[in-house]
Amino acid sequence: MTRRLELALLLGPALLLFVGFVLAPIGVAAYYSLYDWQGFGSLTDFVGLGNYRDVLTGAVFQGAVLHNLVIVVLSLVVQLPVSVALALLLNRKLRGRAVLRLVVFAPYVLSEATTAVIWLLILQPGGFVDQLLSGLGLHALIRQWLADPRVVLLTLFVVITWKYIGFGIILLLAGLQGIPRELIEAASLDGASPWQATRGVVLPLLGPTIRIWIFLSVIGSLQVFDVVWIMTLGGPANASTTMATYLIDHGFKRYEFGYGSAVAVVLFIICFAFALVYQRFALRRDTEGALR
Amino acid sequence: MTKPSTVIAYLAAALVLGITVVPLLFVVVGGFRTTAQVNTAPVGWPSPWVTGNYTAILGASAFWQFLWNSAVIAVIATALAVGFGAMAGFALSRYRFPGREALYGLFTIGLLFPLAVASLPLYLLLRQIGLLENPLGVAIPEAAFSLPVTILILRPFMLEIPQEVEDAAVLDGASRLGFFWRILLPLAMPALSTVTVLAFVTSWNAYLLPLLVFNDQTHFTLPLGVATFQSQYSQDTARILAFTTLSMVPALGVFVLAERRIVGGLSGSVKG
Repeated sequence: MTRRLELALLLGPALLLFVGFVLAPIGVAAYYSLYDWQGFGSLTDFVGLGNYRDVLTGAVFQGAVLHNLVIVVLSLVVQLPVSVALALLLNRKLRGRAVLRLVVFAPYVLSEATTAVIWLLILQPGGFVDQLLSGLGLHALIRQWLADPRVVLLTLFVVITWKYIGFGIILLLAGLQGIPRELIEAASLDGASPWQATRGVVLPLLGPTIRIWIFLSVIGSLQVFDVVWIMTLGGPANASTTMATYLIDHGFKRYEFGYGSAVAVVLFIICFAFALVYQRFALRRDTEGALR
Repeated sequence: MTKPSTVIAYLAAALVLGITVVPLLFVVVGGFRTTAQVNTAPVGWPSPWVTGNYTAILGASAFWQFLWNSAVIAVIATALAVGFGAMAGFALSRYRFPGREALYGLFTIGLLFPLAVASLPLYLLLRQIGLLENPLGVAIPEAAFSLPVTILILRPFMLEIPQEVEDAAVLDGASRLGFFWRILLPLAMPALSTVTVLAFVTSWNAYLLPLLVFNDQTHFTLPLGVATFQSQYSQDTARILAFTTLSMVPALGVFVLAERRIVGGLSGSVKG
């Protein structure tokens, strides 16, 4: 009997907090999403799945999904190879490697808000970046970084990359450290060039780390909010709207609580579906401990 | 003779260093210039160096208020997350009961819930229980959202402590809770400090929740303060640069001191 009491005592507070502030709100959002509601008074205006229809057929939301996907894809094709290459380089015996690691990782500990403000200042029209480019004779590259709808998403991607690439590098370095030196030495004794050893031995063994990175990166890219909100509010003309900024914009700026909740549920389902599928097909091998 | 690949490695390292440091340097050094200097020549050193931007911010109350608010919220959120997380981690690792794995699974899927998804009902809940404009209204939900990663890191660590240790403690007359408090927690110290740093940094950097909960500027946290300062003083670039610099100091300071914990914790938590 005391064992039960102990369990209740130990698990109770965490469960209360977790259910009350994490699980229940998401469940309640699903309920709100069936109503047309401004956040005040009782929920009477039942619209069924009407909010979902409006969300999914709305051009702005579709654009937001597209922007999230662009960030997902760019992360995978740009950040991943760059992170792997840099981790491989930083794994060598370089002088000042400790300092380099510290510096590369520093942006990750800055808040998104600080990061966004730093880049707002740097990217001011005629500001630091523009002047730097002119100074380097690259005047032709100057753009309206945050005001040109064709450029803004790429600009935000650069900012996000600046902030998060150190995280990937640190993760991959930790993974590299887990690879026994003897394996690489054995490969080179067998006549493999350093490049062949990297491709044939190191990269496959780095697989689990890379798959975790992909998982975190995709989830993060689907949920991106802070940097976008502070730098552009999703503008200009919705050119950088993401699912999360769309949700906050409709929920809190326009008080469309029912509609905003439908957006929340859609965002959640997309993340959840990705996680399930990815877990099933990519991560399972790792959790089974099979390194092939 | 140096191998070409080593040269390439150093070049790449220098490039990465530059891309990372130059924006930070621009902000820090820019804070020592006047807005006129920054506007006429964005790329450049201060001439003369002025300290007025920094001293004005350090002399006014707003910055210190934001700093204090952030600290209060982060301490409460961290204490709740680590305290309750450690208790739950203990129950989920050293007790056998039906549904244990399912419960653990429930906590871990919490990792997938972005705060934004819960934000609307969460806001209404906080309004209902009177926690808007209240540090607890930010700290408690932040603790709740930090629980999954806390439990995810602590449980495997607690599972690995050998049963013999527990048996010995019981033989010596310790109750289960006595074992938890006096033996398991001290043994779990490395993992505990990792989750502490993670929970603290997450709370310290949070933007969305404080944005929703606080309207009154005297309640603002540092991230909210920085973003607001930037839009309020948009004409006074040098002041914003100095303010942004000062707002980076605590995070970077803690990071330099606790780098091993943060880095080790992140890579460790991911390896599960």
